[in-house]
Amino acid sequence: MIGALIARDLRRAFTGAAWLPMAFFLLVAALMPFAIGPDARLLSAIGPGALWIAALTAALLPIERLVEPDRADGVLDQLALHAMAEENIAAAKIAAHWLTFAPLLLIAAVPASALLAMDGPALGRTELALAVGTPGLAALAVAIAAVTAGLPRAGSLAGLLLLPLAVPLLIFGAANALLLEAAVSLLLTAGAPFVAGAAIRAART
Amino acid sequence: MTALLSFEKVTLRRGGRLLFEELDLALGPGEALHVSGRNGSGKSSLIRLAAGLLHAERGRVERSALALADDKLALDRELPLKRALRFWSRPVDSAMDALGIAYLAEVPVRLLSSGQAKRAALARVASSGAPLWLLDEPLNGLDSDGAERLAALVKSHLSSGGATLIASHQPLAGECRQLALGQ
Repeated sequence: MIGALIARDLRRAFTGAAWLPMAFFLLVAALMPFAIGPDARLLSAIGPGALWIAALTAALLPIERLVEPDRADGVLDQLALHAMAEENIAAAKIAAHWLTFAPLLLIAAVPASALLAMDGPALGRTELALAVGTPGLAALAVAIAAVTAGLPRAGSLAGLLLLPLAVPLLIFGAANALLLEAAVSLLLTAGAPFVAGAAIRAART
Repeated sequence: MTALLSFEKVTLRRGGRLLFEELDLALGPGEALHVSGRNGSGKSSLIRLAAGLLHAERGRVERSALALADDKLALDRELPLKRALRFWSRPVDSAMDALGIAYLAEVPVRLLSSGQAKRAALARVASSGAPLWLLDEPLNGLDSDGAERLAALVKSHLSSGGATLIASHQPLAGECRQLALGQ
């Protein structure tokens, strides 16, 4: 059932909303030269940090479609009746979300780095840090989607919750401290299924 | 005879309001129970409690494998009906036939009318193979043909050793024990 759920979430994402965060990521990166000016040295200096901010804001976009539609339509209830623990549902959703979010983000980072006048090695380091950090970011997004599912104005609330919690990922990612980034990412990925699972149970009425 | 669903002195409170207290109930193979009561008397809550989606304040609920049809469709709206049903269980053809929706197999779920959607939810239950069916207001949106098909489906489920718990404010066809809530 976990495999079927991951496959289903992947299909739903790639036939629809998965491309939106990537377009948004590129758009934010494209805004930087307009805001900072065309100075290549300055742009390349802030490039990695700017990509991380773009990634974090892009991570906000899919939150509302991660858990709430399945809660409202009874899919989460039916999965529970198929003897699937809420933690496993959350883990499947994290895996599916990471698989839709991370690869497209890593691809979009290539043109985005060109917009920010970043050279090859800087792009390589940022791609590596993004690859290490995105599992944590995806896990955080699913946990917050589950916590806010069914609440009014869940989208805005999710932003207020996700951005502060993602600060450690941002700090270590932008500083290219890969081991610390991996530790934070691992912690979030390991903890999020339990948070999201408890939230899914608590949201039942 | 082992019960497929049993309540032992179950008390349920929702939003500070006592819905029922010390409720005992056992549903064995071949048995159907019709839960009736006015709006807000706790019919749906009893179904969700039986399904394990709610927890009782006191008492014990035991259940076998079950399938639930309530007002939530739980089928992917962008998919053709047959593919959407197949996410939950593999052989779906006979259940779709029994509910008269085989001709909708290639129609996307989002285009179904409310009566067709109700039939689809019932087909999801009928194809589950679970011995216990929980049906919450199954007649809502069904036309007379749909209601007849449902009655026939429940009858054959009962005769093959299944059990059905139906919450409905409408009278049901067929042999049923009755439980009236909120009296």
